[in-house]
Parts: sequence; C-alpha cells; structure tokens
Amino acid sequence: MNRAHIAEHDQDFSDIDRAGLLAELAGHLPPASLLSDTEDLKPYECDGLAAYRQLPLAVALAENEAQVVAVLKTCHRFGVPVVARGAGTGLSGGALPHGQGVLLSLAKMKRILHLDPVARVAVVEPGVRNIAISEAAAPYSLYYAPDPSSQLACTIGGNVAENAGGVHCLKYGLTVHNVLRVRGVTMAGEVVEFGNHALDAPGYDLLALMIGSEGLLAVVTEVTVKLVPKPETARVIMASFGDITNAGEAVAAVIAAGIIPAGLEMMDRATTAAVEPFVKAGYDLDAAAILLCESDGTPEEVEEEIGRMRAVLEQSGATGIRVSTDEAERYKFWAGRKAAFPAAGTLAPDYYCMDGTIPRKRLGEILRAIAGMEKKYGLRCINVFHAGDGNLHPLILYDANVPGETERTEEFGGEILELSVALGGTITGEHGVGHEKLKGMCVQFVADELAAFHRVKAAFDPAGLLNPGKAVPSLHRCAEFGRMHVHHGELKFPDIERF
Amino acid sequence: MNDLTEQFIERIRAASSDSPLRIRGGGSKDFYGEIPRGEILDTRGHGGIVAYEPTELVVTARCGTPLAEIEAVLAEQNQFLAFEPPSFANATIGGVVAAGLSGPRRAAVGAVRDFVLGVQLLDGESRRLTFGGQVMKNVAGYDVSRLIAGSLGTLGLILEVSLKVLPRPVAETTLRLDMPQAKAIEAMNAWAGQPLPISASCWCDDILTLRLSGARAAVASAREKLGGEAVADADAFWSGLREQRHEFFAGEESLWRLSLPSVTPPLSGTQLIEWSGSQRWLRGDAEAVRAAAAGAGGHATLFRSGDKSAGVFQPLLPALMQIHRQLKAAFDPRGVFNPGRLYPDF
Repeated sequence: MNRAHIAEHDQDFSDIDRAGLLAELAGHLPPASLLSDTEDLKPYECDGLAAYRQLPLAVALAENEAQVVAVLKTCHRFGVPVVARGAGTGLSGGALPHGQGVLLSLAKMKRILHLDPVARVAVVEPGVRNIAISEAAAPYSLYYAPDPSSQLACTIGGNVAENAGGVHCLKYGLTVHNVLRVRGVTMAGEVVEFGNHALDAPGYDLLALMIGSEGLLAVVTEVTVKLVPKPETARVIMASFGDITNAGEAVAAVIAAGIIPAGLEMMDRATTAAVEPFVKAGYDLDAAAILLCESDGTPEEVEEEIGRMRAVLEQSGATGIRVSTDEAERYKFWAGRKAAFPAAGTLAPDYYCMDGTIPRKRLGEILRAIAGMEKKYGLRCINVFHAGDGNLHPLILYDANVPGETERTEEFGGEILELSVALGGTITGEHGVGHEKLKGMCVQFVADELAAFHRVKAAFDPAGLLNPGKAVPSLHRCAEFGRMHVHHGELKFPDIERF
Repeated sequence: MNDLTEQFIERIRAASSDSPLRIRGGGSKDFYGEIPRGEILDTRGHGGIVAYEPTELVVTARCGTPLAEIEAVLAEQNQFLAFEPPSFANATIGGVVAAGLSGPRRAAVGAVRDFVLGVQLLDGESRRLTFGGQVMKNVAGYDVSRLIAGSLGTLGLILEVSLKVLPRPVAETTLRLDMPQAKAIEAMNAWAGQPLPISASCWCDDILTLRLSGARAAVASAREKLGGEAVADADAFWSGLREQRHEFFAGEESLWRLSLPSVTPPLSGTQLIEWSGSQRWLRGDAEAVRAAAAGAGGHATLFRSGDKSAGVFQPLLPALMQIHRQLKAAFDPRGVFNPGRLYPDF
C-alpha cells in the first residue's frame, strides 16, 4: 500500500496469517510472555477509556529491548499492526488494541537503569511509573516535575507517547520540557535515539516530534528524564468566587500581575459539591467556583508570592480566602481536586472526561455554553479546569445502560470540543487524540494538514503498522464522518468522495 | 504590516531544485549553518505582531517582524522572551525560530522550541499549514511546530509563529566569583541541584559570573549563600554574552559551540562556558573538537568559521539521517528550501 493511499483510506489488515505469526513470536518470547487465549487477552481489551473495547490477536509482554526489536521485526514482516501499551491509564483510547494486531506491553520493562544526582538525570525503562522516578530521586531532594493525576500508575513510556502534563505544568512544563532523550525502536526494528544528555542534539528536533506522537512513530524502550530540585516548601490559597466569569478574570489578573503560580486550578460548584462529602476539605459550597492557587520555593519566596496572589485575588472579588498553614492542610485543599474523577463516578454510573484547551479569557463563555448543552442533551456536566493552562476537563455524567445516553454523551463531548476549536483552542490539551477524538481532528485540521501528519508518520513507519488508525484520521474517514464544516466558504475535504 | 503570503506562494511555485530559494530575514545569521545557496526570498516585508495578549502569555507575529520590535512591545507589559535569543543586530522572529538559538537563560527556562506554541507555514508545495496554536497545552497531531524550531528553513517558510512569553522576574542580581574551571563546573552542577534562582551562568578566564532572578526574598537569600561580589553593569554583561560581543568571541579563528552533558570535565583549550556547563564555546581544530564532544556524549557545531569544509553540524547516524531525509521530502519534496544549509545531503 503506498503512502498516499494510507493518508486517504484506513488500511485493511483482514488477511493476516495468525498461526504463522504466533509460531514465530513464540520463538522470540518466553511462553508466559505471549498471550493468545481470549481470557488472557481480556485484561488488555481497553485502556483508561473503557467505552471502547477490542481484543487483539495476541499480547506480547516484552522484558527487554531485544524482545521489542524481535516482536517489531516479526510483525513488520507479517504486515501486522502493533499497538504499544504501558499501564493502560490513557484516556483517549490510544492503547486500544487493533483487532488484527499485536498488543505490545512494555509494563515489564520497569527498571530505573541509572540515576545521577549530580547531572540531575534518570535513565529509566518505559514501564517505570511516573511517581517511582520521583521516589527514587527523593533522597537527593530532586524530583521529576510532570505529575499527571494518574502518576501512581501511569508509566513514563505512556507519558512520552501522550506528552503528559499535570497540575504544575504552567510553571514546570509538560513531558516535552522535561525529557532529554528517548531511545526507541522503529516499526522496521531499528534502534534509534532522539536527543542526548546535553540540552540539544544535532539535526531536526526529533525528540519533540516523538513526544506526544501517541505510539505512531516508534516504540519507546528507554527514557532520560531531567530531575529538578524539590522546592523547600509550598502553600496553597483557596479562593471562593460568586460567579465563574469572575473567577476566570481573577486567573487573568494573577498572570497579569507577573505571577506564574506553581499550580492554578478551578472547580465549579457542581464539582465541589460532589467531592466535599469524600474529602471534607472545607470547600465553600456556596461559591460558584473555587480557585486553588499554589506557590512553591523557599519559605521567604513563598511568603512573598502568597501575599501578592492574595492581594490580586481580593481585588478580583474573591468572596473568601483561606491559605494553607501546613502540609496536611495543603493536601486537604488539593484532595478534592485530585478526587474529582472518582467523585464523578459516584454521581452517575459513567462519566466521560473531555480535554479541550482554550484561551483563558474565553472560560466564562465556554462554561455558559456547556450549561446550555446540559439542557440540550439532558445530561449533567461538572467542570474541573487547569486554569493556568486553559485546559478544561468537563466530566459529562451518564448511564451507558440507558439507551441513547452514550450517543448523546458523545455528541455533547463533540460539541464542547468543536467549541474549543472555534474559541481558538484545541480538542486535546493533554489526553491525546487516540481513538476517541478522530472526529475532532477533522474539525481542527484541514486535509492538507492531516496529509502532512500522515507523511510525518511515513518518515518513521512507511508500512503504516504502528498504532494504525489512531491520532490522525484518514482523509476518507473525515469525509465519511459527514461533519462537513464549511470554513471560509470552502468545504474542508473537497477532493474526497462522500458516502 | 503587510501580508506577502501570495507573493511567497508565487516564488515557491516558480522555484525548483535547480533554482532553489534561500529564505532570509534580517540576514543576521548568514554566517550560521552550511553556506547558503539559492535565490534570496526576503521575509522582512511580511511583518507585524498579529496578536499579543499579556494575560494569555502568548504573542503571535509574522516571520519578518524584527525581534527588537517584539521585545519592545513585551517590555511595555513587563514581559519577555525568556529564552533570550540573540538578535545579532537585526534578527527577525522567523529567523529566531528557524535557527533555534537560545541565550544565557536557556538552562534555567528552556530553549526556543520550549516556547513555540504554534506555527503557520508554507511547505514546499506552497500549501499553507497551521500546527499547534495559541494555547499552552495542545497535543492534537504531531508537534510539528517544535520540529520547525532549529530546522534552518529546510522544511518550510514560517509565515507566522506563536510564542509563550513570561513575566520579567521581580528581582535580578549578578555575582562574580573567582574560580578555576574544574571547580566552576562542579559548583554550577551542585547549585543546579538545589532550589536556587540561578538564571544564567558564564565561566571565562577563571571568573564565574552568575545571575539570580526571581522573588526578592529568593534572590537576596541566594546572594548571601553564594557570596562573591556584585556586578554593577550586569545587563550590559549578559546582553554582551547573548550577542557575542563578549571579548572571548572577538577574532577570526574558528568558533565551536559544544553542547554537552553539564557534568563533562574541563576540556582543553581556550573556552567560555555557559548553561551550568552544558554549553561550551571553544576555539580549535575540527577533528579534536568533534572527538571531544562525541566522547562526552554531546555534539559540536562549527558556529562561525571562514572554512566550513569540516561540516558545520555533527554528522548523524544512518538511521537518523534516513528519517531526516524522509521528513525533508515530506515537507519539501521538490527540495526548494535552503538546500544544504543544515546537512549537505538535503
């Protein structure tokens, strides 16, 4: 299949020699590391987005890079798709198996190979959990900065694939800002290194391209991360606001005052009401929204910054302000934010988490629109917001057992994402496109841009076998979705035949 | 503020691998990279700040906008481009991104690529493509905008770029300490592992100069902890370093930029060290410098030289070069943009 063809149409993998493939894989892996019985495959049928499920042909559990190379070379020769997977905590279906493919789990590759406190780097295998790096670095008062909510479970390989963020990324950056080097294997089985232990590498910045590529360019086998000094102390302000727009303006005012808080999060009243019974953080349940505004650094520095932030928040109309006095209280204030997802799970049998990012100033606008959509779709939505980054996580509450609710939820989510794009933002801030947001990609990008993405993939994986059908939709698929968005009076996919 | 996109498209259409284009803004980095070839496509007419929202921390500008103009507008709001790119007198923002050069603050805050949020470009088939955007977090599609940073115009003509900006630090002070090279490298690495507000470092001639930036209290306590003497004309010192007006950079001998793990022990030869040990400027002959860089796990760039026969950028391993060639073909299949400027192969 030629490259242009891949860009236009989804590939067809219906004629796979499964028996031949399994026989050959068995020659490269210990028996316990190759799963092919349905009951063994079942735990791998979905990732953190459980709405989509698919059994793979087989699961390969690699223990080292040589096995990764062998699996990829074999699959390459058989023309079989490969989907890489870490802990499977992803929220966009990026690790959803391919029905005609091999699921390659890196979870067994979980050694920290090297930690150098002087050079402030750690070299780790892809299956190492995010939090495990910070734990290993803690004796040196260092840590790995990106802290996605799933950091107890999620792996660094998955963080690289998704360019994971967290609640501190406005100040400390995303995965792309905190990784120095990625070693990986291409679909053809070639070992390549992107970046190095210096601050830059010769040639194109392939490291930046690899990070956030959702497992479509190469399989990660080793990562060098930067470690940074742990701030001596941190304190958080909890501020209440009588209305959401006001809270949004307060966020802008903090930034305008020249402050980059270590964390800046917002929860709406529906969220605080949902989490308060669990965490008993003392949230102001009368407030339309509360802001959590954290400062870290030396004690003197934090005191100075908390004072400045407090003044700005008061001027911006905060109706109540509390400042954490010790670590226990700081954790308590944060507990509700971290518990928002589980709390959503108690409000309804199912919830669907969106991930649009918008310019911060459009916050009031999008929240009012979401309130309107709640009525339109007859579904509730609670909102948590990485306010500093403009990254909104509306959680749509639904019940998959009620006929039609899943479809309505998807439409609701789709409308939020389309609005995010219309407001100058993006369909995904940190969760990735995966399987879930392919439609959204057709809204955010025109055909020429999607075709460019397909050519980028082909530069690494000409056969199109790594995680096919994810992250970047085929042009044909965009046309078929029937979401004919007319921009500037032009049809977005004019050359594609429509069904 | 003019929009020359249509003229650019015509030029790209008319170009071919036999008559390629040499994309050029202020020409401030004509010396950088392999020898430029092709007919000059001057981007300076396509200028102007398209959008700047201080509270969103984003500025969007057309490629031909002078860096100085952007910095002046940001300064009015007490903000800045934290990666401190060199202007070399008259850089444009397109050139800043295409060259990917960062200044003294790089080790503390990140490089050009870390601040690029989005680009709009014309590819080699004159298609107008937009990647990334104006928001802080965006993982829709591959991160092509960061790929463009440092690609020396070989993948496309940048029309417009959006950059993250930061507030200027509340307080800043500069210290000078007498210290031999080995001790300075050791000290810079030790301090980088502590919560100290060091925003720039420069070692040369047994003198280590450090800049502290941040909250008043943090700068004051670090100042006390680190000792040394305060430098009066600090801004002049750091801008001199950034613009390579520092006396170390005078002279015609080949100048090498070595990007190394920060803990790399002292190398031989006259040199100036920045970025807590990660960037070292060296005078010397190609073979020895390249070997030293590779031996330390980094790479060497022939930054300024009359003789580029040794190759400007460290050669790539075959598998990586193959990906480079394919990416070049993906964006510029006819080979019309800046041929040979990055590597002679393309």
